[in-house]
Amino acid sequence: MPGLGTSFGRGGATTFQQDLQNADCIVIMGSNMAENHPVGFQWVMEARERGAKVIHVDPRFTRTSAMATKHVGIRAGSDIAFLGGIANYILENDLYFREYVQHYTNAPVIIDEEFVDTEDADGLFSGWDPEAGRYDIESWRYEGMEVHGAAGQRGEGFEPRGEQSGHGAAGGGLKHGEPPAEDPELEHPRCVLQILKRHFRRYTPELVADTCGCSAEDFLEVCETLVANSGRERTSAFCYAVGWTQHTTGVQNIRTAAIVQQLLGNIGRPGGGIMALRGHASIQGSTDIPTLYNILPGYLPMPHTLSYPTFENFVGANTSPTGWWGKFESYWVSLMTAYFGEHATKENDWLFGELPRIDSDNSAYFTVRQMLEGNVRGYIIAGENPAVGHANGKAHRLGLAKLDWLVVRDLVEIESAAFWYESPEIESGELKTGEIATEVFFLPAAAHTEKDGSFTNTQRLLQWHRKAVEPKQDCRSELWFYFHLGRRIKQKLADSDEERDRLIKAMRWEYPTHSAVEEPDAEAVLQEISGREIVSGKFLSGYPELRDDGSTLCGCWIYSGCFADGINQTARRKPHWEQASYVAPDWAWAWPANRRLIYNRASADPEGNPWSERKRYVWWDGDEGKWTGVDVPDFKEDKEPGYVPPDDAEAEDAIAGDHPFVMQADGRAWLYVAQGLEDGPLPTHYEPHESPFTNQLYAQRANPRRQQNKDLAEDPYNPVADEPGAEVYPYVVTTYRLTEHHTAGGMTRTVPHLAELQPEMFCEVHPGLAREVGLEHGGWATIYTSRSAIEARVLVTERMRPLRMKDGRTVHQVGLPYHWGQRGLVTGDSANDLAHMALDPNVHIQEVKAFTCGIRPGRRPRGPELPKFVAELREQAHSETT
Amino acid sequence: MALSKLLDSWPTLRQLREGDPLGVGRAVQSPRSKTLTARIDEADHVVGSVCPYCAVGCGQLVYVKDGDVAHIEGDPASPISRGRLCPKGQASRSYVQSPLREYKVKYRRPYGTEWEELSLDDAMQMIAERIVATRAETWRRQTPGGAPANRTMAIGNLGGATLDNEENYLIKKLMTALGVVQVENQARI
Repeated sequence: MPGLGTSFGRGGATTFQQDLQNADCIVIMGSNMAENHPVGFQWVMEARERGAKVIHVDPRFTRTSAMATKHVGIRAGSDIAFLGGIANYILENDLYFREYVQHYTNAPVIIDEEFVDTEDADGLFSGWDPEAGRYDIESWRYEGMEVHGAAGQRGEGFEPRGEQSGHGAAGGGLKHGEPPAEDPELEHPRCVLQILKRHFRRYTPELVADTCGCSAEDFLEVCETLVANSGRERTSAFCYAVGWTQHTTGVQNIRTAAIVQQLLGNIGRPGGGIMALRGHASIQGSTDIPTLYNILPGYLPMPHTLSYPTFENFVGANTSPTGWWGKFESYWVSLMTAYFGEHATKENDWLFGELPRIDSDNSAYFTVRQMLEGNVRGYIIAGENPAVGHANGKAHRLGLAKLDWLVVRDLVEIESAAFWYESPEIESGELKTGEIATEVFFLPAAAHTEKDGSFTNTQRLLQWHRKAVEPKQDCRSELWFYFHLGRRIKQKLADSDEERDRLIKAMRWEYPTHSAVEEPDAEAVLQEISGREIVSGKFLSGYPELRDDGSTLCGCWIYSGCFADGINQTARRKPHWEQASYVAPDWAWAWPANRRLIYNRASADPEGNPWSERKRYVWWDGDEGKWTGVDVPDFKEDKEPGYVPPDDAEAEDAIAGDHPFVMQADGRAWLYVAQGLEDGPLPTHYEPHESPFTNQLYAQRANPRRQQNKDLAEDPYNPVADEPGAEVYPYVVTTYRLTEHHTAGGMTRTVPHLAELQPEMFCEVHPGLAREVGLEHGGWATIYTSRSAIEARVLVTERMRPLRMKDGRTVHQVGLPYHWGQRGLVTGDSANDLAHMALDPNVHIQEVKAFTCGIRPGRRPRGPELPKFVAELREQAHSETT
Repeated sequence: MALSKLLDSWPTLRQLREGDPLGVGRAVQSPRSKTLTARIDEADHVVGSVCPYCAVGCGQLVYVKDGDVAHIEGDPASPISRGRLCPKGQASRSYVQSPLREYKVKYRRPYGTEWEELSLDDAMQMIAERIVATRAETWRRQTPGGAPANRTMAIGNLGGATLDNEENYLIKKLMTALGVVQVENQARI
């Protein structure tokens, strides 16, 4: 989550769901919260009952819109234009929260004079290298600041991007927490606030209306409502989900909201914040303790093939002189000690030289390309269903057919396990069972009721679930599978002298087991994650206790303390009615340090007093000499508001008493991100990779830095905007979830009640579009792109409102739930088969929330006729190009 | 006597008399429904759990009878969900007891046309062998450009967002020690 991470310092929701009840206004955008997070939505309803305004901005009118006080329909993929318009409204009318912005954000910082904004380069920032297709970010820096890792180390150095930058590991080079050049009056033409003003100046209500397809009046009503409900006395919150992230501008969508919330002074305060609504039980956890290629637990970077040749360089490049990243080495060494025990020593650089190295992109979509090219032999899938859930499902299924071996672990036989005998490609004859060489192992998994363990929910809360029953027959937890797999591999390699086996031999892999099947003890793993002193065995209370000399071990420094005092803090379930406040700190455990609302030092003014009685949360108690309030203060407990760091201060000590964003090198929220993002220090409106329109603001149509597969036959693109052939795919398509189903359907299409409630794949279209192409309510439609064609039942509804654009064109949008596949109690075509694999450059996420399609009545062609149909349309579209 | 019995059988009167004016409680019970008890009354024990679907993190109570899940309902003590569950959460028992659930290992040999039976122990052994062999054959100490690599690019691991933190921890630890860098999950999708 680099959108939040680069802005505030931590890649997680800034608040918690229950706190939404304190908001005076809630903007829900890029999310259909009422249907997809229904139980969390009760807190939005609580706020509305108390008089809060609830605004829903979304291409579709959903049950969230129905429960909102205002719904504004916009064109899918135009979010930055809308949010940038709000920023412009605030800035042009001087409506920002001046004291908050001056002290708590980087608005006063002066930027290097080499920096050129998109406004002056027609949609590109300075540093663009058209050959390499990427930015050199040097000119984006703060004025007077050395590029970190100077002295010839730049190539080896400090360019944290992606998820790691998502955790604030950026901004190095600052001394004593204060940027070298600032204008506290915010008037210098190169200070961030003035740059921001110029950057968004053309995002006027009229431009917003023309780009988003809404009315200027509706847009202005949103601006006025937000501003009226922000400030000392009032706060507004934003809620978003994958409607923002799944774009080629995904990270920058969130960045724009972060800018708006900083300008309005809504971060770190009750009823404020940005609530990232995540879609899987532990998707936050699987980023914190990552099953991601580019990071290690706690957002520590994986070593790279091209940089950091020595351990010293690596540590130097990742250690920020100021802020909590100043203690990088103690987090790193404690992790290596947890991984490799006594085998990792100071003398051998904690085995740094042995660790595997990554390239710039080894993400899931990269791996699919590698599969298609025959470079991947083995693949293990545990609780994911790429054949249905990933963009361009066909490319994934063809990729699986090129493996030597595949392991699939799930509760049911999902599409990704059955691709070799049951898939659209088997049906079409593009794959033949007898010709597929892949050896497939299907291993049944255990459900959450059959194992102990913790999930980290959408608000950074670790909640323990206890085993209720034993898993039956061959069903096993992933803990069991990976533990015993590792144990067997270690046994096989125990006598190996090979260099490549050193690390696996050194790995600490001793966990106590219990029960007849030798299930590893999940609490023992959580203890390792939380951290201990090695000699005494003492459980650590938190990451300030970690050391860089190998005397502590800790599997994830941001989770340190979740087993403090030898007690499983995540298993605490004190009923909310027995707790002193709605914050309920004795229910489970939140990272970091059980803080529920982070950056909460910002809920007090620079002097440490609450901004208002109404919005009291954490404040400075002068008599006691400490911060206090209803939550754990997200600040050094005894650091006075007036603290000015001495010149020789380092790490956290270098953060001033009035700078609440303690993970950032300068202790402030970042309106402008000098370092950490691939596609610009500020968000800019770009059209989606596939869209029917040109960019009204710049010659640069789409995100220049987006990742594409131009040379990959399996991932062809539709002609777009005014290109010839674009009219073959004239409509905007957006995908989404239904209340009764979950993601790729493996957990719901297999459940009788849910299958009955939502039995069939459908598409939502407006009556106008139905008339235009001859679709009948309840009948069939075929939807097609350059990748594939699918069929769906037609739901004709006013909820999919057509939008009138500036040029007089009407845009129709097609809504597609993406839950169906070939298997389960209810089956249907997969919406993701239509999608392409162009990606956001920061996090490599696909753009399934806005691309283009064609639609016609009737069922799709069957068998070999299907790929023929898709190819004919594609050739028709592209022949017009040439 | 007969009259009072007749009157007692009149629901409206019972609603008023028994303090149940809206007719949502005892007053509208039939002789049969009077004898019904909740599934949870007969449970052997109950454990605190968390809903496995989205990331709201609703509290669940799992009721167990005779070693099987008898019922799953919302935990009123949770400060987040206050006892509520959405349609998916409410269907959790059907999810863990789905008619499509698999309980045995299945094996498809290269070019095979059918699933075959395989013991879990054999499957584990074979998977471990595949990993060891693939690693050995595809290991790269360096990149073609001569930079340190210490990895195999021929193995990948996918999944994590539906799993426990402890499970993700073991996956990343094991894969890193094996030199498998292509480890990914749903955070990308």
